[in-house]
Amino acid sequence: MIEFTFWDILRNLIFATRWTVLLSIAAFVGGGIVGIAILFLRISKGKWKRRFASGYIALFQGTPLLMQLFLMFFGLPMLGFRIEPWTAAVLGLTFFASAYLAEIWRGGVDALPRGQWDAGASLGLHYVQELRLIILPQAFAITRAPVVGFLVQLIKATALTSIIGFEELLRTSNAINNATFEPFTVYGLVAVIFFVLCYPLTQYARSLEARAAAR
Amino acid sequence: MSYSLDFGWLEGALGAIARGAAMTVFLIVVTTLAGTVISVLAAAGRRSGPLWLKRAITVYVEVIRNTPFLVQLFFIFFGLPAIGIRLDPIFAAILAMTLNMAAYTTEIVGAGLDAVPKGQREAAFALGLRPRQVFFKIVLPQALKVIFPALTSQIVIMMLESSVVSQIAVSELTYEADMLQARTFRPFETYFVVAMIYLGLSIALRRLLVGIGRRTLSAGVS
Repeated sequence: MIEFTFWDILRNLIFATRWTVLLSIAAFVGGGIVGIAILFLRISKGKWKRRFASGYIALFQGTPLLMQLFLMFFGLPMLGFRIEPWTAAVLGLTFFASAYLAEIWRGGVDALPRGQWDAGASLGLHYVQELRLIILPQAFAITRAPVVGFLVQLIKATALTSIIGFEELLRTSNAINNATFEPFTVYGLVAVIFFVLCYPLTQYARSLEARAAAR
Repeated sequence: MSYSLDFGWLEGALGAIARGAAMTVFLIVVTTLAGTVISVLAAAGRRSGPLWLKRAITVYVEVIRNTPFLVQLFFIFFGLPAIGIRLDPIFAAILAMTLNMAAYTTEIVGAGLDAVPKGQREAAFALGLRPRQVFFKIVLPQALKVIFPALTSQIVIMMLESSVVSQIAVSELTYEADMLQARTFRPFETYFVVAMIYLGLSIALRRLLVGIGRRTLSAGVS
């Protein structure tokens, strides 16, 4: 039997936090890339493309993330992919994030005055150039606060991947708790670590929001 | 590799799925009622209470909003017994869900209270209403009307997040799905069906809340 001091617990938890951080970054980047693709479909002129994107967003916003992770974890092996908890976690959170980010950015695109599109067209830009040079930079700029806010949500959402067996912070803490029988300390520390990760971002989102409101 | 989907197990599982769904609905109804009441009190306290109360409410809101719900749930269910507070799973789930939702809705209700023009309050005082009457009869209904869409979204999000209380063995929809897939060895089909039920529940819940809002909040508020 190994004795765990408070510092042993804390050190192990902080060591496991890197997986939480890594997963958050991977899902945020992946979600951003897929989210832009969904955004293109969502604001395209084709009716069926728009419908598909709306359905995609409604599906991911209308079902629990836990179900999405389970379907990833059990569904992909049926298609013949060998899948580890890490892959299921990254893919599941990527799709989850893409739906939310696409919807946030769509709000940004919709908020731009119609004249921005017209100005682009009158300069002789075609659709893709208009998006790339005029619409998207502005849409991204005015949605910075909600995107940072969503990043906080995403970091918290990584805790769910412990349920499908990914060794991030919460799963490690379950193991430590089973060894030490100190649930109050262990889960308290996990909460503190998540708070330390999320609170600065929450404050940053708030300051972005205040700056946007002042403008 | 080929795999054929099999939904043959579904017929015998309908009872369990219905029981799970009923528990999910029960959890979200209790949470919505308790969470709304708490958030109205907390939002009001944060605006007009003593300084220590304002600070305490701010700390509560920030701690809940910046930590995962699953960690809060584990802390309440596994952590609190270590200091002598033992809760049964359903009560722990309701407590965790209520505390979680109220932190978000406190901010939402607060934004609604701020959005009511000051003149409304002054006019009510000028008519001789008491402070409590001013708050509950004049300010709060108008605030609720403004924030109703945001409140609705938060309730739906909480309903979806309630799926994780399966982890402390509350027999709601996800828990029943876990049990079913262990028996049928059809995890994908099981979770697919249950995910679709959640989708239906979230659409129904949203419609229901919008309907309730339209009936109760429009009267007397322009």
